[in-house]
Formats: sequence, structure tokens, C-alpha cells
Amino acid sequence: MSLLLKNALLVEPDLNKVAEGNIVIRNGLIDRKDFRADNEIDCKGKFVAPGIIDLGVKVSEPGESHKESFESAGKAAAAGGVTTIITRPDTKAAIDTPEAYDFVKKKGNDDCIVNVFHIAALTKERKGREICEIGMLKDAGAIAFSDCDNVIQDNKIFSRALKYASTFDALIIGHPQEKSLSQGAVSTSGKFATLMGLPSVSPIAERIGLERDLALVEMTNAKYHFDQITTISSIEVLKRAKKSGLDISAGTSIHHLSFNELDIADYKTFFKLKPPLRSENDRLETIEAVRDGTIDIISSMHTPQDEESKRLPFEEAASGAIGLETILPAMLRLYHSNHLKMDQIFNAISLKPAKRLGLACGSLKHKKIADLIIFDADKPFILNRELLHSKVKNTPFDGHKLQGQVLRTFVKGKEVFSL
Amino acid sequence: MSFTQKHLLGIEGLAQSAILEILDKAEKYAELNLKTNKRVDILAGLTQINMFFENSTRTQASFELAGKRLGADVMNMQLQGSSIKKGETLVDTALTLNAMRPDLLVVRHPHSGAVDLLSQKVNCSVVNAGDGQHEHPTQALLDALTIRRTKGRLHRLNIAICGDIAHSRVARSNMFLLGKMENRIRLIGPPTLMPSKISEFGVEVYYDMIEGLKDVDVVMMLRIQRERMDGGFIPSEREYFQLYGLDFKKLSHAKEDAIVMHPGPMNRGVEIDGDIADDITRSVIQEQVEMGVAVRMAIMELLSRNQNNKYKKLLT
Repeated sequence: MSLLLKNALLVEPDLNKVAEGNIVIRNGLIDRKDFRADNEIDCKGKFVAPGIIDLGVKVSEPGESHKESFESAGKAAAAGGVTTIITRPDTKAAIDTPEAYDFVKKKGNDDCIVNVFHIAALTKERKGREICEIGMLKDAGAIAFSDCDNVIQDNKIFSRALKYASTFDALIIGHPQEKSLSQGAVSTSGKFATLMGLPSVSPIAERIGLERDLALVEMTNAKYHFDQITTISSIEVLKRAKKSGLDISAGTSIHHLSFNELDIADYKTFFKLKPPLRSENDRLETIEAVRDGTIDIISSMHTPQDEESKRLPFEEAASGAIGLETILPAMLRLYHSNHLKMDQIFNAISLKPAKRLGLACGSLKHKKIADLIIFDADKPFILNRELLHSKVKNTPFDGHKLQGQVLRTFVKGKEVFSL
Repeated sequence: MSFTQKHLLGIEGLAQSAILEILDKAEKYAELNLKTNKRVDILAGLTQINMFFENSTRTQASFELAGKRLGADVMNMQLQGSSIKKGETLVDTALTLNAMRPDLLVVRHPHSGAVDLLSQKVNCSVVNAGDGQHEHPTQALLDALTIRRTKGRLHRLNIAICGDIAHSRVARSNMFLLGKMENRIRLIGPPTLMPSKISEFGVEVYYDMIEGLKDVDVVMMLRIQRERMDGGFIPSEREYFQLYGLDFKKLSHAKEDAIVMHPGPMNRGVEIDGDIADDITRSVIQEQVEMGVAVRMAIMELLSRNQNNKYKKLLT
């Protein structure tokens, strides 16, 4: 079976360009040389891009499959143009043993229509006390190791974990945050938090976390990724650190690129995130950091929360938002507002995460795996959260006017979604 | 008619004219409360439920008395811990009570924004009796009425708010109200008890009490929680009293006729010298309590009027 996508605007992040052309999906691979095909789709005016690789998705399975399962997450991903999800281990219970890993691996393979890889916990139960069996987990397939938002505070344990992991060349993903400052905080300190009377944390807590982690990375030579960089002062630190030759990379979340602290007005808990939303200046500077490459990767930080855990006073409500289905239209806002170019967007959501994780996708080059999407970048719509495929609907974009919709999604050459 | 809201959730959303309408109405109730027969039946047949998710004796008693003097059936619910411990959420509690068809809910909750959330889920009027570190609108209104009655006006005054600003909803509501009335506001307290970017609210911030009190007309003291003085925010009680406790020496820097206020309950010898609190030439603390009932009566009357107007509109 082969399929020709003709007259498409091909987004090529590795060449930093977008150009009209033809592309063939043949036997699950991309063919850029032979344009003969059994079927064809005219993609005039539409973009064809490598599928999104979403680093740090929570699929609440095991433990809370009423919030999200591999099946529902897969459907949401396919509809959102995400062809690979990298799951987080902060499930109930944490993915901290080869046995638990085998469970999610099997679930992922059986139930999910897009590619799935899994991050394993760095310490047992993500408690920051005992190191997980990194060697065995890596053999089982763990793509990275992270305690997610549980920052390991004990520097001795953390540095040992980093050192131990470095012998396996394992990627560690950390959450830069100084816990003693951020404990109990639900907003970013400033005029608005004061007005709302909410416990708040200074953006400096992120920088302190970042600087501590950097020092330990320097000491241990670990391969390290910062999950979310969201403030001006940590971007400055990151910029300097990147020049020092450490094996580091950084990410941010689509929500921190889309919203600012004012969006929590009226105590809207769907905007309660970790770290909390920042000032408008921080948001703009974070976009700039994506543009200049200081921040490598953008993820949705998909975090399903049910109504019960969100319909509470702001301080008591759970944090996190779903994002698999909204990451592309939200990124396209930045394209339409001329903040980012199309190839910059796909560098951050496809090529760079692929490279960092050692995956053979994220590109439209000849003979690459045909994980790709066709989308209309202009199509306007109003987001109705009830129509999303995730089991729970905690999206901050509900009722928002968005532009850009995925028309078809292919995983390994197989169509998994079409509008 | 300037106060047209269905709920009283905070001062922030009120116009100057709405505040004045409430105060004028309260003035009448202050007169009524001096009479032997203090009862009017404006709220007869209506049900008022006081939901207190946080300890309170004074505020709750004040709301209860206000409701009863207006003829409402008043029910008190002490909710701290009880149903919350059973896993029932705030919204569930609200929906349960809503089904009992109350006309007025008076709510205090330890978390900011909780009263807003609750007001979205019920049909009746909601009065915020204090939410977390956010607002305490009736306290600010009763303070305003007290100031207006003793000073003869509620504008162009120098007003100092002293103490634990960061954790105080009273400070926030007062800051909003007195700002809207065009007064000059000074906040005085240790830097550890000042919220971030507070100077952007059009107030002057002082860390030195003597400097801050210079020539003020009104000194508002705030209650300081004892647990803040165990070294976390300030080193000790005695150091706090020495630096920020109101005594006659510090008060002498204020205007000669400056009044002293406190929302209660007071920590004598911590934030305020007991003798000042009892000095009837300076302290208006008892009058504040008295005005509390009047202000709350006024608000309840206005809220029930606003509800009635809404029904009338729906019918015509």
C-alpha cells in the first residue's frame, strides 16, 4: 500500500524550511524519491509535518484509569496530531520497578493507537530516598527517568542517582524548583497574587532549582533535561549553562506559552498548573527562548484531573491541564501571531524531542518512519471541551477561539485519525 | 440605587456610590439599634444560613443578630472539619444547603476564592464573611462607617493599617474601600508580613511605625496570629510589641485626635497596649462592633431588595 500526498506544504524542521512538494507513504516509511502510489490525496494549501512527540504525558493508568487510559489518551493524541507520547511515571502507584514498567508497556502496546514510550521513576515511589533499578528499567525499555514534580531535595541522594544513571547514559528529567520556597504556593508572587489573596511563590524558586540541578549535573556528568522552564530569570541562567558544554536540554509547556497569571482570575482552577502561570513578560520571554533555541522542547504536560479534584477552592484543587488535543492549535496561535515560524514550531514539538530521546522520527526525510500529520493551519473553530477524546475535560482552552485543525494523522504509515 | 449586586463577595467590585448606599442605609440601622424595640420585619419569612468553615464567634454573632433583628429565620452551621473530614466537598455542601431553599448564605472559609466558588453554585444571595487571605467586605464597611461617624467624613484622611498585612483579608478589603473613597493609605509592618508588590496598589509602605504614624487620622491595628511569632516571620512576641505594638508613645506621633481601631479579637500587649484599647477618647473598638450589626443589617436588606427586583423583572 502506498499513498501520495501531493502539493503539500512540507514542514521540514531539520532543513528549517517549509516548501510545497509531494511525499509518499510506502510500507510505513516516507518515500521522497518515487512518487508512484496506489492512492493520492491533494493537500493543496495544507501542511504536512512530522507528527508531534509529546514528552511528559500523564496517562493516569495504572491507578486512575477513570481519568485517562492508554486507549483514550491514544485517541486524543491521534486527534491532536501527536504520533508519539512519552508517558510520565507519576501514576498511582509510580512506575518504579521493571514489573510496573512491563504493565504500562503492555497496556501501551495493546491499547494505544499512537507510539508510546515510558519514563520510569528515578527513585522508589518517587520519594527521593532509594534509587530505582535504573539498569533493569532501561533494559525493559525506559526512555528516561524522572520523579516528575517531586523534587529530590537531598543532594546526596540526588547526586548519587545522577551519577548512577550516567553509567547507563540514561536521560534524567528534572523539575527545577526549590521546594522550600514553593511548598503550599498556588500562584506566582506579584500584584495579582496579592490581590487574589493566594499563597504564592517567587519565580526565583525555579531559578534556584535550576542552578542547583546544574551544579549537580556538572559534578556527575549526567544527561539532563529540565521539564519546564517558565521564567525570565531562569532563562538567563539556562542560556549561560548551555554554553558550558553540559549535556542538558530544556522544555516548557504549551500552557505557559499561551496563558499568564491573570488567567487564574475568578479562581479558575483549570488554570491551576505546576509551576503556576507566570507574568506576561515571562510568557513572552519564554516564547523568545523557544525561538532562539534556549528552550528545546515544548510539551503539553497533559495532566488529566476529574471534576471532583478541580471543583474546589483554588488552594485545594488539583493542578494540571490536559493538552494532547490542543497543543497544535495552541502552537499555531504563536505561528499566526508571528512569534514562531512553522519550522521552529516543529523543531520544538517534533524533531528536537526525537533527537533528545534517540527516536527515529520527527522528520520528513526519505526512508524515515511515516509518523506524520496533515493539518489546515487556518481553519477556525471554538473549542468545546465536551468534544475532546480524553476521558476528563480539564482544558483551559474551553470556549477559546483557535485556528488550525489536524485533518489526518499517520503512525508508521497507518492512518489513525481523519477528520 | 447603586448597590445592585446579587452577592456581596468583596469590596473590589463595588463602586463608590454602592459603598455609600450601604453606609447610608447602615446609618439608619445604627439609630434603630439604639431603640428598645430593635426589630423590623423586612426579612420576615426569609431563611438565613451562616456557614462558618473557620472559627468565629464575633462575626457569626453579629450576622446572626443582624438577621434576627430583620425578622429572618437564622440558622448557624459550624462546619470546620466536620463534613469536610467526611470527604464532602464545598460544592456538595453548598448544593445540599441550596436544596433547602435558603434566601441568604453567610459564608466564611479558610481559602481565598471559596466563597466566590460557592456563590456560583447556589440560587440565593451570598455574603462573604471572610475568605482566606482575600476579602472580608463587611469588616471594611463597618470600619468605614465607624470612621465616617467619628471623623465626620470618609475622604481625604490619612489612614494607617498596621501589622500582618500579608495574611490579612481585613487589610485587603480596607485598602480597596478606603482607596475608592480617596484616602491616603499607609501600610505599616515588618517586611516579612508585607505581601509582594503591595506598593503597586497605590499605598505607602512603612517598616518603621513611628515614621508611618506621623500625622495620621486613623490607626487601624490588625490582629497577629500567635503562630507567626515563633521565628518564622518575626523573631518573638516581645520584639514585635516593641517595634510594631501600638502604645501611647508611638500613638503620640499620630494626629492628636487620631482614632484607634481593631477588628478584634485583640492580643493585648502584643499588637496593642491594653490601655489604649480601653481609652474611650482614642479607641473606637466598641463602636466598630456596634456598627458591625448595623452594616450587616443594611447589606441583608439591600441584597433581599436586589433579589426581589430580579424576580419582578422576570415577571414583567
